[in-house]
Amino acid sequence: MIKSELVQQLADQNPHLYQRDIELIVATIFEEITQALSRGDRVELRGFGAFSVKSRPARTGRNPRTGAPVQVLEKHVPFFKTGKELRERLNPGLADQED
Amino acid sequence: MNNTVGQVSEHTITRAHLSEAVHQKVGLSRNESSAFVERVLDEIAARLTRGETVKLSSFGTFMVRSKGGRVGRNPKTGQEVPIEPRRVLIFRPSHVLKDRINGGPLPDEAAGTVAEPDQV
Repeated sequence: MIKSELVQQLADQNPHLYQRDIELIVATIFEEITQALSRGDRVELRGFGAFSVKSRPARTGRNPRTGAPVQVLEKHVPFFKTGKELRERLNPGLADQED
Repeated sequence: MNNTVGQVSEHTITRAHLSEAVHQKVGLSRNESSAFVERVLDEIAARLTRGETVKLSSFGTFMVRSKGGRVGRNPKTGQEVPIEPRRVLIFRPSHVLKDRINGGPLPDEAAGTVAEPDQV
């Protein structure tokens, strides 16, 4: 499923709204999550999962083609941890195990 | 240089914040906004449960991967425990999301070229 299919499905289920409103709803949700992560905040959606930001320290990397050392600055990467309920939905009948 | 790979979290955003943003931006009632946030998450979860991949452009891709069973070990006791085959959810952030978290485009480490400009 891609974003436009999600929008289409919600639009079909909500004929009282314009499709552009549904697009705005979906865009707002992910924009809000993106902004939170950009501030370094955590986004916790119980049952679904949690988005957080992890920092990767600066390091000396290498250009794989030339082997020349390159300074790589500290950077931040988004991280998603699946919520317990969704993990159980993916594995019905299995005892829940953290991974 | 700090060599730990740690969390940089400050505040926690929840469904309530997302609903409030929908309420403010779209002008739906708070109840309807919160129902929509739930519907969006539910629909994504339902697709993933069916094994579908969910791609949200400029945000990222959620996909389900099957893992085979293996013998694990309780790190505390050293005791062997069987780990059943299971399905795990993988989130691959898009370049746009990664760039925005780093405050804009960053040079591509590997090739030394400049990353795609921020598209949002």
